[in-house]
Amino acid sequence: MNHLHDKKIKFLEEKANAIRQSIIEELVEAGSGHTAGPLGMADVFTAFYFHILNHNPKKPFWEDRDRLILSNGHICPVQYATLAHAGYFPLKELKTLRKFGTRLQGHPHKDTLPGVETTSGPLGSGLGQAAGMAYGARMDNKSFRVYCLMSDGEHDAGNLWEGVMFTGKNKLHNLTGLIDRNNIQIDGMTENIMPLEPLREKYEAFNWHVIDINGHDFEAIVGAVEEAKAIYEKPTVIIAHTIPGKGIKEIEFDYTWHGKPPKSDEARKFLHELRTLGGKIKSEHE
Amino acid sequence: MIRSGAKLVENIFDAESIEQIPTRNGYGEGLVEVGEKDSRVVALCADLTESTRTQEFADKFPERFIQIGVAEQNLATVASGLASYGKIPFIASYAMFSPGRNWEQIRTTVCYNNVPVKIIGAHAGVSVGPDGATHQAIEDMAIMRPIANMTVIAPCDVHEARKAVIASVAVNGPVYMRFAREKTPVFTTAASPFKIGKAEVFFDSSSSSGRSARLDVAIVACGPLVYNSLLAAGRLLKDGIRVRVVNNHTVKPMDEKTIIKAARDAGAVVTVEEHQVMGGMGSAVAEVLAKNYPVPMEFIGVQNRFGESGSPDDLIEAFGMGVKAITGAVKKVLKRK
Repeated sequence: MNHLHDKKIKFLEEKANAIRQSIIEELVEAGSGHTAGPLGMADVFTAFYFHILNHNPKKPFWEDRDRLILSNGHICPVQYATLAHAGYFPLKELKTLRKFGTRLQGHPHKDTLPGVETTSGPLGSGLGQAAGMAYGARMDNKSFRVYCLMSDGEHDAGNLWEGVMFTGKNKLHNLTGLIDRNNIQIDGMTENIMPLEPLREKYEAFNWHVIDINGHDFEAIVGAVEEAKAIYEKPTVIIAHTIPGKGIKEIEFDYTWHGKPPKSDEARKFLHELRTLGGKIKSEHE
Repeated sequence: MIRSGAKLVENIFDAESIEQIPTRNGYGEGLVEVGEKDSRVVALCADLTESTRTQEFADKFPERFIQIGVAEQNLATVASGLASYGKIPFIASYAMFSPGRNWEQIRTTVCYNNVPVKIIGAHAGVSVGPDGATHQAIEDMAIMRPIANMTVIAPCDVHEARKAVIASVAVNGPVYMRFAREKTPVFTTAASPFKIGKAEVFFDSSSSSGRSARLDVAIVACGPLVYNSLLAAGRLLKDGIRVRVVNNHTVKPMDEKTIIKAARDAGAVVTVEEHQVMGGMGSAVAEVLAKNYPVPMEFIGVQNRFGESGSPDDLIEAFGMGVKAITGAVKKVLKRK
């Protein structure tokens, strides 16, 4: 599994592109929500749900499934889009995001939507929960793995570092963290708001194994997860360096896109860019 | 008179000879019992294992005890994860820190997730004593009560505390239980009835006459102050004031039927709790009665101030929660009928 065949990589790239399109479609319909983070994490989510996770969309509560905890719930448009593309629920339901009566709540709610493992939104609380699941699994000699996806900005929160300390103390090697290191948060650049660096050294000091990767490189994502599985003496965190807004040139790296959705004319432009891969191909939708 | 069905101790009005044990000990006993019966039960503690009485469980089931350190937010989130996976976690700290410091984690990751985490708030009330206001939780029920899916229980003595812990396992959702640090009278017995959501009448002056005699006032109490309420009822009877004392241990969901009946039979209510009068058990009773059967009410509890250092007995008196304060409130509410 360490090496991805070219065909698989192409498949993942196409999935990620389709998921990005769904994100834009969800957000323009909802009229509110976050754009940059979901686009930036589309490759990571694709890698997990279409290659890494041992899961079954038809049996979302299967006891031995791998658990993926999304700690920074505000990027849920990418989680919802990925779950829909993976077959957890119909794609057309994505249009109900944030609307009254929807299963796609503004921030994810456990059990409301199949595949959502926990409620999140208030930041910094996912790792503790992931650690609780991993601890319980170890007590019962279960072999499933727990993954916790976190933002870089939520590392401002004390609860998160309590989780880092607890996971390190208990050597929960069945838990792998992944940080979306996109360097932005709502009010600006992370290093201006509250510096996180040296992030690698901080995790190492808490007895974690740390892997830095390009979060848009499928081989790197899969390779890092494989490496984490082979580390038994400590938990692993993957610092995935990502580009916020990835896939749409005009919003890449722009923190002002952290917490707003595209307007309909912008969405049309963005979808065109995604469908033509920035003009490299002719869209079948044109 | 003491209701025989309540199966209280015989020497109940002999304040000198009655046994005194802290309600937190009931947590320790109940936890070991449920641990023996149910392998899903795990206990977590935030560096207060002995004091919260988690120690016996930790010694007996070390593989099911998890030390979190002084990190109450993580206490809640790790428990949430364990519960999502399939465990039944009991999390213990001082009420001031859990649920005092981790309210949002309890709301979001325990209650909104609706997972069966049992939250143990030890050292609740001003009777914590010498430690002073920083360690005296008097707002805990007010912050737990409004969260959807949450059950809130304030046991009156060590037996009831043990029963509450055991019964909480059968609740398929979050439960908050508050316990006291100090020794308090043991006036119920192992045979006293206890059911979550069912208030119990412990004392009823009208029942002695053999017919349905009129009541003057109903005292609705929770926690160890139920005992002071019974002492007050005994004294009031000597003055010819007929009182019913309801042990309203489950603050949420409340036994509305028993509370409304007490208001209807008595026509006036005094609530008694070792908690701020705002947002606590008395407020919950007032919500029920305002809607269903409004009667004059008085509220015994902490009156919008912080606690302070002192001996537990002195503090209960100084904060207006002693027997004399209760009889005074009863006489006051009688005048408003």
